[in-house]
Amino acid sequence: MTGTVNRAQRTRSLVLHLVCVVVGALIVVPVWFGVLGGFKDNGQLSTNPLGWPDPWTPSNYTDILTSGVFWRQLGNSLLIAVSSTFIVVAAAAMAAFVFARYAFRGREFLVTLFAIGLMFPFAVAILPLFVLLRGMGLLDNPLGVILPQAAFGLPITIIILRQFFRTIPAEVEEAAVLDGCGSFGFFWRVLLPMARPALATVSVLAVVTSWNNFMLPLVVFTDQSWWTLPVGVQAFQGQYTAETARVLAYVVLSMVPALGFYAVAERQLIGGLTGSVKG
Amino acid sequence: MTSPSTVSDTRRGDPATDPPAPGPGTARQRGRQPRPGRGGVLAIFLTPALVLFLLLVVAPILVASYASLYKWNGFGLPENFVGLDNYTRAFQDPTFRGDLWRGFVLVLLSLVVQLPAALALAMLLNQPLRGRAAYRLIFFAPYVLSEVTTAVLFDLVFSPNRGLGDAIATWLSADAGAVFADPDTVLYAVFLVVSWKYFGLYMMLFLAARQGIPKELSEAAVTDGATAWQAFRHVTLPLLGPTIRISVFLSVIGTIQLFDMVWVLTRGGPIHSSETMAVTMYEYGFRRFEVGYASAISIIMFLLSLVFALFYQRIVLRRDTAGAITNQGGQR
Repeated sequence: MTGTVNRAQRTRSLVLHLVCVVVGALIVVPVWFGVLGGFKDNGQLSTNPLGWPDPWTPSNYTDILTSGVFWRQLGNSLLIAVSSTFIVVAAAAMAAFVFARYAFRGREFLVTLFAIGLMFPFAVAILPLFVLLRGMGLLDNPLGVILPQAAFGLPITIIILRQFFRTIPAEVEEAAVLDGCGSFGFFWRVLLPMARPALATVSVLAVVTSWNNFMLPLVVFTDQSWWTLPVGVQAFQGQYTAETARVLAYVVLSMVPALGFYAVAERQLIGGLTGSVKG
Repeated sequence: MTSPSTVSDTRRGDPATDPPAPGPGTARQRGRQPRPGRGGVLAIFLTPALVLFLLLVVAPILVASYASLYKWNGFGLPENFVGLDNYTRAFQDPTFRGDLWRGFVLVLLSLVVQLPAALALAMLLNQPLRGRAAYRLIFFAPYVLSEVTTAVLFDLVFSPNRGLGDAIATWLSADAGAVFADPDTVLYAVFLVVSWKYFGLYMMLFLAARQGIPKELSEAAVTDGATAWQAFRHVTLPLLGPTIRISVFLSVIGTIQLFDMVWVLTRGGPIHSSETMAVTMYEYGFRRFEVGYASAISIIMFLLSLVFALFYQRIVLRRDTAGAITNQGGQR
């Protein structure tokens, strides 16, 4: 009796594993193909797209890593991601504090306005945004990407933070006030430190969206020296259409920072996404 | 720092406990704080977000709706008022009508293929399974990659002659051809890449929701004689309702705005067979300088999202805030 149950269970778990391995392979194999492909030359890619490189040709990777263009794009992406994240989290935290803990006329209207903002993707606003940025002289200027990036990140950041700020009990605020805290003191010395997990979550989300943004930098930067990684990858592909192996190496290298960041911040990212859906 | 212990306790406990009722709770604590002018505090805290948002998000939408009424090349001020001509033009344009149709196909595919597959995987990963955490990590990883890198990678994976797809097809002695260059296959190929990147997100959402459902419920059903499938169909699935409905919402809104992936993979081609609204808008706005017409397309995209969102909120999501059982996971 127990024998059959065990066997049934074992088959079941085997099938589960099989499904997971197949799906996992669908995810991993294309990336693996890229990683190995970067170590081949084009001749090898045509005759042997699947197997191990023979011989290994690291020049695709080393050329990119020594050229400087890749590093500059990495630096640009980093600068833009960090500054826009800082701005959006700071501005959103302040607004969310007011939305969460103050009652005032027009509050619901403003909250709804920001919520509707979720419906404003770059694709909808990019054209007038471009005209506007041109008018302000912010084309080919990192601020032309950083500020809109921060602005478009406000809705989701405010929604998540507001939800979190509401959960901090009124007693904590009363205690802080008795101890002599004003609004600013409470916000700065009590609320923000308590909200550290939520702040980490929204920061990770903001970094990822900014890092992956393509349309805005594509439109704002005509000057190549400001290009971010997504724009750079796309341009590199256009430039070396015939050299598949080289492009593969560039794609793989551009994935490394994102995947590294994911490895470090996975918990915050997933917490934020699943949490925001509940909100 | 009077009582740091209560502070950390409440933080740790808050996902479980219900937050205080939003309306009255927020108003209450104001009475004790006479010091800084209330209006002043509000102004100082709200200004940065409002300025950014009004200037860089709301204003562009307003500008776009204004520009959409003009025939305008984007330079100088719009002068040639054409009323709603840009809108009627869009709806008569076979490309734009095709965009709507293709968007519909992509949404449909996502609803019948991507979301059910994500749901099934989430249910699998909810079982005790060795290496579960690793699988989860891998399935979700593509979500952090940009649409651009994903697109370039898959362009090469499916490239004729040097690609992985070609090699596999030869191995299966089938003819793969260039999936992104064939008008008959390109949309499905794009859908495949979109799914590769995003199914992990939906899987994770379902998984989180599934883990929020008490085990006892489906166990009780099974004890009462339900099969595993019946327990899933009649107990788990309804409880996942809110998350499923949100996922459908995200998927529709995402499809309306699809740009990066298509632009990098195909530029909308061949012969517009993978073009989306956003690609058409970009083409007219930034390549042909028909800014008025492109603005009209932007506004149509925005209105579609907005109308869909409002409709969805009213008709579909209302159940999640009103219902008794389906409100389990929600915090409202």
